[in-house]
Amino acid sequence: MTGRIAYFNARLVDPASGFDAAATPSAGLLTEGEAIVAVGPELFAGGTPSDATAIDCGGAVLAPGLVDMRVQLRDPGEEHKEDIASASRAAAAGGVTSMVALPNTDPAIDDEAVVEFIARRAREVKLVKVYCYAAITRGCRGEELTEMGLLREAGVLGFTDGVRALADARTMQRALQYTRILGAPLIQHPEEPSLAASGVMHGGELSTRLGLPGISRATEILMLDRDLTLVDMTGGRYHAAHVSTAPGLDRIRRAKAQGLAVTCDTAPPYFALNELAVSHYRTFAKLSPPLRTEDDRRAVIAALADGTIDAIASDHAPQDQESKRQPFEVAEPGAVGLETLLPVTLELVHNGYLTMCEALALLTVRPADLLGLRAGRLVADAPADLVIFDPDRPGRIEPDNFRSKSKNSPFDGRLVQGKVLRTVVDGRPVYIAGA
Amino acid sequence: MTAALPDAADRLDFPHRHLLGIEDLSRDDITLLLDLSDSYADGNRSAWRKLDLLRGHTVINLFFEESTRTRTSFELAAKRLGGDVINIAVQHSAIKKGETLIDTAMTLNAMHADALVVRHPQAGAVHLLAEKVNCSVVNAGDGSHEHPTQALLDALTIRRHKKRLEGLEVAICGDIAHSRVARSNIYLLQAMGARVRVIAPPTLLPPAIDRLGVEVFTDMRAGLAGVDIVMMLRLQRERMQGTYVPSVREYFRYWGLDYEKLAYAKPDALIMHPGPMNRGVEIDTAVADDIDRSLIREQVEMGVAVRMACLDVLTRHAGHRAN
Repeated sequence: MTGRIAYFNARLVDPASGFDAAATPSAGLLTEGEAIVAVGPELFAGGTPSDATAIDCGGAVLAPGLVDMRVQLRDPGEEHKEDIASASRAAAAGGVTSMVALPNTDPAIDDEAVVEFIARRAREVKLVKVYCYAAITRGCRGEELTEMGLLREAGVLGFTDGVRALADARTMQRALQYTRILGAPLIQHPEEPSLAASGVMHGGELSTRLGLPGISRATEILMLDRDLTLVDMTGGRYHAAHVSTAPGLDRIRRAKAQGLAVTCDTAPPYFALNELAVSHYRTFAKLSPPLRTEDDRRAVIAALADGTIDAIASDHAPQDQESKRQPFEVAEPGAVGLETLLPVTLELVHNGYLTMCEALALLTVRPADLLGLRAGRLVADAPADLVIFDPDRPGRIEPDNFRSKSKNSPFDGRLVQGKVLRTVVDGRPVYIAGA
Repeated sequence: MTAALPDAADRLDFPHRHLLGIEDLSRDDITLLLDLSDSYADGNRSAWRKLDLLRGHTVINLFFEESTRTRTSFELAAKRLGGDVINIAVQHSAIKKGETLIDTAMTLNAMHADALVVRHPQAGAVHLLAEKVNCSVVNAGDGSHEHPTQALLDALTIRRHKKRLEGLEVAICGDIAHSRVARSNIYLLQAMGARVRVIAPPTLLPPAIDRLGVEVFTDMRAGLAGVDIVMMLRLQRERMQGTYVPSVREYFRYWGLDYEKLAYAKPDALIMHPGPMNRGVEIDTAVADDIDRSLIREQVEMGVAVRMACLDVLTRHAGHRAN
């Protein structure tokens, strides 16, 4: 149906092979139907094939589409905040071609029927690829295990109780043991809930000044220490989501050095903002885990640079105005992120912390490999999931223009560089800037 | 009658639309409010009682949390200035959605109030309201954040007795972690040049409290040594039964103010409490009622004067008044 498409005049960036060369007219990529046919810096040295539709990338970056491993769709259950269609449009506009949904919907993704529902809705919407995790425990309540084997067969990529930590140590131990036979990671929100209790922001001088209950670093450290002990004991495969503290990242670094099957991710707010963003009770910067200190923010950047952190996810958490325009203590946590994932991550490149290849690897091939997805590579026969973006074009983040139903971004008004021009899924354009 | 009116506010304008916290105020702002309050305190004791500065103006007391004494104090202050007062008490159960808060703000805007006095159990809720309403807002206590008029009345009370604030040693004792009174007093006293100590069980000290520039003690005797002022804080009942402290008995033993511990302070040290007191929990009855040492009754009196001064400058600044 889509025939052959030749993307020429591109700066090809393939983070898996470490390829990143300046754009030339002959550099490009050819797709046929849903797959990549060929790619290379001299591919169109003799011009683009006459039977292919030629698309001039104008010297922009052509890279694998982003793989966002942590998204809340709010569908089923809270469709007034987001649904699969609006999240898919937001993802497409953000250059995301695959996203993975958390199971904390209503009902929770804890049985095959809900997995089927999401797959069917995603097929109907037919924009980006929508995957999901299943809950570790029924209803994400932290008690009985879900039918993990059947859910895995139904296609879930991993298991997590979403925004809630799996607090019970025995349940965690059994989940780690059981998932060994399933080849899928167990994803934890690493926060010891009894210690975090009623906390709503990082505990420190600012929380004391604002009179808000704090969440100490110890909440994260304790949970990671416990979980990593259990991982060591069981040989399970463990992924810590949005690790936010310097000591927490040290725990992950040590566990990796020790050879444990441990990975982790972060999200843009944790390397682009610190706790000061919640000054004046700005609920749009109320996140879980909370934004931490400047030292922690720098530690996240260091951990991205040294490979301790395996992926950058959007941690997309849509909340409507009514959930955020509240006194800080009762406002819902979370921020939308699908449409700011790429430009905010590119700050790390512009500021010299990461190369373009390293930054894109964290957004593509590394999360893809972690989850066993065939995505994130510019190679022949791979699915034609692509993003074309101008890494330098200046812009301002304007939530009112988001495709997402919710506008709760802590980056409102931020000046960024980087603009998605075109997003392609299975060879089909799902987003074209200005179109 | 107007001859008794202080002119401090005419000389020095109060540069804020709202009074949300002491942390936002400069030393000049505080001095202005204290000087004006001082005059009102004298006036309240003299023949003239009722002024007409706020005649035809409406002050709304919006209380999302029970408080007879603060609400009454604001009500009396507004009435002595000749204003009309409306009291709105919002039941705690009705606040579960913040929609209510924003909706309340919209409703209040439609009433064209001139000043809004708000108490709310959550930190920052008063700021949120202040962003949405088109009149001046006075924070009458928001969660564990600030209680600016309490700090002002405390400072006024101290100043009238010690003739100064600069250089005084002040100990604030008790539940610092959850106290808006402690925070407002720390900011105010430090801005005015006093030195502040906090004394509390370790479980009732908020994180990084030393970063606020206070000296931190867990031992009452060490903390009270040589202080001029002892401020006791109320310990909420739900925090004294095995949660933050093991028992009332143990709390009183180590952190309750009695004559034995008070002996470590300066001989002329004065005792304060924002009320309502838990006698026998944070303070011994005899100490609380000691007319030579305790300023507790006078704090209540100064409260009215301070709230008159605050309502005066805020409505004056907002340009609601002809003069």
